[in-house]
Amino acid sequence: MPETTKTAAEETVPVAAAPAEAARDSGPAPGKPRSLAADAWAELRRNPLFVISAVLIFFLLVVAAFPSLFTSADPTAGDLSEHFLDKPKLGHFFQPDWFGYDNQGRSIYARVVYGTRVSIIVGVGVTVLVTVFGGLLGMLAGYFGGLWDTILSRLTDIFFGIPFLLGAMVVLNAFTDRTVWTVIGALAFLGWTQITRVMRGAVITAKHADYVVAARALGASTSRILFRHILPNAVAPVIVVATIALGTYIVAESTLSFLGLGLGTNDVSWGGDIDTATDHIRNAPHLLFFPAGMLSLTVLAFIMLGDAVREALDPKLR
Amino acid sequence: MAERSPEDEATPNVSEVEVVDAATESEAVAAIEAPVHRGEPILQVRNLVKHFPLTQGIVIKRQIGAVKAVDGVSFDLHQGETLGIVGESGCGKSTVAKLLMTLEKATAGEVFYKGQDITKLSGRALKAVRRNIQMVFQDPYTSLNPRMTVGDIIGEPFDIHPEVAPKGDRRRKVQELLDVVGLNPEYINRYPHQFSGGQRQRIGIARGLALNPEVIICDEPVSALDVSVQAQVINLMEKLQDEFNLSYIFIAHDLSIVRHISDRVGVMYLGKMAEIGTDTQIYDHPTHPYTQALLSAVPVPDPEAREGRERIILTGDVPSPANPPSGCRFRTRCWKAQDKCATEEPLLAVPERFAGQDTPAAHESACHFAEEKDVVHAV
Amino acid sequence: MTILDMTADVPAPRDAGGPLLEVRDLHVEFHTRDGVAKAVNGVNYTVSAGETLAVLGESGSGKSVTAQAIMGILDMPPGRIPQGEIFFHGQDMLKMSGEERRKIRGRQIAMIFQDALSSLNPVLSVGYQLGEMFRVHQGLSKKEAKAKAIELMDRVRIPAARERVNDYPHQFSGGMRQRIMIAMALALEPDLIIADEPTTALDVTVQAQVMDLLAELQREYNMGLILITHDLGVVADVADKIAVMYAGRIVETAPVHELYKRPAHPYTKGLLDSIPRLDQKGQELYAIKGLPPNLTRIPTGCAFNPRCAMAQDICRTEIPALHPVTERDGGELVGRGSACHFWKETIHG
Repeated sequence: MPETTKTAAEETVPVAAAPAEAARDSGPAPGKPRSLAADAWAELRRNPLFVISAVLIFFLLVVAAFPSLFTSADPTAGDLSEHFLDKPKLGHFFQPDWFGYDNQGRSIYARVVYGTRVSIIVGVGVTVLVTVFGGLLGMLAGYFGGLWDTILSRLTDIFFGIPFLLGAMVVLNAFTDRTVWTVIGALAFLGWTQITRVMRGAVITAKHADYVVAARALGASTSRILFRHILPNAVAPVIVVATIALGTYIVAESTLSFLGLGLGTNDVSWGGDIDTATDHIRNAPHLLFFPAGMLSLTVLAFIMLGDAVREALDPKLR
Repeated sequence: MAERSPEDEATPNVSEVEVVDAATESEAVAAIEAPVHRGEPILQVRNLVKHFPLTQGIVIKRQIGAVKAVDGVSFDLHQGETLGIVGESGCGKSTVAKLLMTLEKATAGEVFYKGQDITKLSGRALKAVRRNIQMVFQDPYTSLNPRMTVGDIIGEPFDIHPEVAPKGDRRRKVQELLDVVGLNPEYINRYPHQFSGGQRQRIGIARGLALNPEVIICDEPVSALDVSVQAQVINLMEKLQDEFNLSYIFIAHDLSIVRHISDRVGVMYLGKMAEIGTDTQIYDHPTHPYTQALLSAVPVPDPEAREGRERIILTGDVPSPANPPSGCRFRTRCWKAQDKCATEEPLLAVPERFAGQDTPAAHESACHFAEEKDVVHAV
Repeated sequence: MTILDMTADVPAPRDAGGPLLEVRDLHVEFHTRDGVAKAVNGVNYTVSAGETLAVLGESGSGKSVTAQAIMGILDMPPGRIPQGEIFFHGQDMLKMSGEERRKIRGRQIAMIFQDALSSLNPVLSVGYQLGEMFRVHQGLSKKEAKAKAIELMDRVRIPAARERVNDYPHQFSGGMRQRIMIAMALALEPDLIIADEPTTALDVTVQAQVMDLLAELQREYNMGLILITHDLGVVADVADKIAVMYAGRIVETAPVHELYKRPAHPYTKGLLDSIPRLDQKGQELYAIKGLPPNLTRIPTGCAFNPRCAMAQDICRTEIPALHPVTERDGGELVGRGSACHFWKETIHG
């Protein structure tokens, strides 16, 4: 039989009879399997910034999900016998009068607790929408390039040029009956550009990496290259930007509610309460202090989380 | 010429899916799967050209020129041999690798793999070619996906070409591959960043071997490694070549390593092949002035051997491939250049003065004034 | 005229007897997540005026870290120098204030890096960057500085210096950019130049040009030169003496010709044997087994012992000192040392 190159098809890798041992790379065993994600997690756990922000956010999520666990009072039930000029009873922990009452005799504590839900829903909702759709667009623009990229990039530029809040005001003004979902939709409609840009850049970087070239050389399909090679390597900066952006969406919702363009007066929202409070700021500052304080704390928690995640994911730091 | 900017080139060719006559495709696949005898040509490159267009304008792109990265290169790779390709940065050697891998679309010319022109294949036939021609990359740090385990990286070829290994068998095959390249099979669940450069390059080689290819194109496979690890990887590659009957195209800038591993060597300059021959012909009997200058510049770690050697120090830099010199491309740096060199392009052929003679100098060299000169041995 | 006036005109004697630079028992460590990486573990070397010392080593050998410590550009933290002295003109630089060290840097000790493109500012012209040295340090006018820049570019043999002085770094080729880096290092006529892999990024035909230029200028200015490299070939004809580093220690020192002819440390010997030859086709390459050590877990005893074919029990327990290497009959070999318990067996077979 002539010497041919093809061994039997099933015998893809004949076990080396030659002394593989001699060539054995006797270097130090690399220890336990450690993925980059696991490394990042180990890094995060040791970062006090992360621990503090994670505890805060977890607490906020619990409050948003189960507000009735924290207060028995109804945030919308007004009792005009409770006067808002009375000082808050700071010693009455978890009682309806803990933070005092507002000008309609509603418990500020209960309103702060129930207001968390709206803020979290809006923040998370907008972030999810923006990350999924903005990320997808960024990925397409970055990977396929050419005409796709030109069109999508111009579209991004146009949206980027619209002032975020002003745009949201104009859009929301068109709706008379505004729900949480209207607000989420309006903010997502105007806010996707940031994620798109970040994703596009990250995808372009990953696209030119040798491991992507290697996958193409193997004949890998486009979807395999996109979802197995490019996306896992491009997602890190998107997570960071999305986390920080989440805080700003909460601020945006509050601002819109403050301006009367967010949720209706029947919904409990920190922004709406801040709006009410401004009329009484001289004689009843606690009306402003508690919702505004919660808003700042929430935004701070997400920005801190974003920073901690950035530190853990940034490959330059490892 | 296709009006495509380099940006477009980087994305996969969606248009590859052409409707091809099923019978022709089957014939092509059959030819690709057919065995080739040792020493017969397995890969034949003919007048390969790759120009990257230079465009101007943002919305309406206008071509204002082209970078002539590869400009008419021809050579054969025989079954079981190693063909070394050397040259300085920008000579086009890495572009040749990408063209052979069909990662770039050739501007002109043909690449025959067992008689099938792979620049024109698509669908099933192209996939069959991709299975048979594999690549080992230069940078072991960027060529492995950092988010995948070693097992997933080496096993990926089986996911893409499932016909090669049944699913249940893959883990065992991956572990065998790790063993073959001298890594502990228990490392299957580790991630690339847990390994050193040399170990990573072994992982890259294991991935290249997975589909039992016939040709492996190695683009600077050891240049990123430490000296003491280079030798290990070179020895491994030689061992694997014998074991699996592989043909290598070994692209590198280190002339000593290329001599060590190659049976034949081609010297590239500015997108063209300047000289090609067996390792003895090129290293001991070079006839092209560029080869001679290149060889004489190699720093040899032996001051005594070095003192007796003639050193040719070239003046100037390599010209831009967007605007190469007329005639012979090397003439701007050549000490032998005459008027003829500017007007008439020397062809890659056995120089007339050596033609028909039984001398090692009688090998292909693209110079009007080819003459032998030994620059690697002390006089 | 007072004595003070007289001395003001005369520059301080460059070579006041002793060596220009003396590194004594230098240790450098880095605090990483995986522990303390001991990058340099007791390095000693001297460089005199007009002398070229090649420091040879692989990645992680500590060759560049030592240079950064001398230059005073080590990132601290995470870096730390727990021990050691670096004498420059007889003064311990590690005991100097930041201000004093800054004065030495650039003026008396200059550094050339591997990557010239990233070491030059892309938005300033080459002439401006070269002239900056003179404007800042010597207070020359713009015009004078430019004239000096052209002169320097001529010095490093950049063709048409007068026309190209206003060009930007990206308009020059790799070899030309490295010449500009050399010009910049030379600008203030330093006493010592540290070149960290100066030709690694260049093509072979250009490598030789740049190396020759560096050696020539060094002779002309009678500077000390520390040449850091991983390439055994590059240093062969420019260096006077070589120090081979492994895992943060110097394992062998020798005059350059001696080292290649008769290595006295198994690591050096292994390295030389593992390089294929240009002038003949060899058999299978000799390969040093294993990998360079992880600097957070350097093996006990001789750091090379797990990879060494000659290793005995003593190698695993006792760190070998840098023994003076002698001829078989005890005759002196000037400048030779080997940190191997079995140096005699290595060099004399």
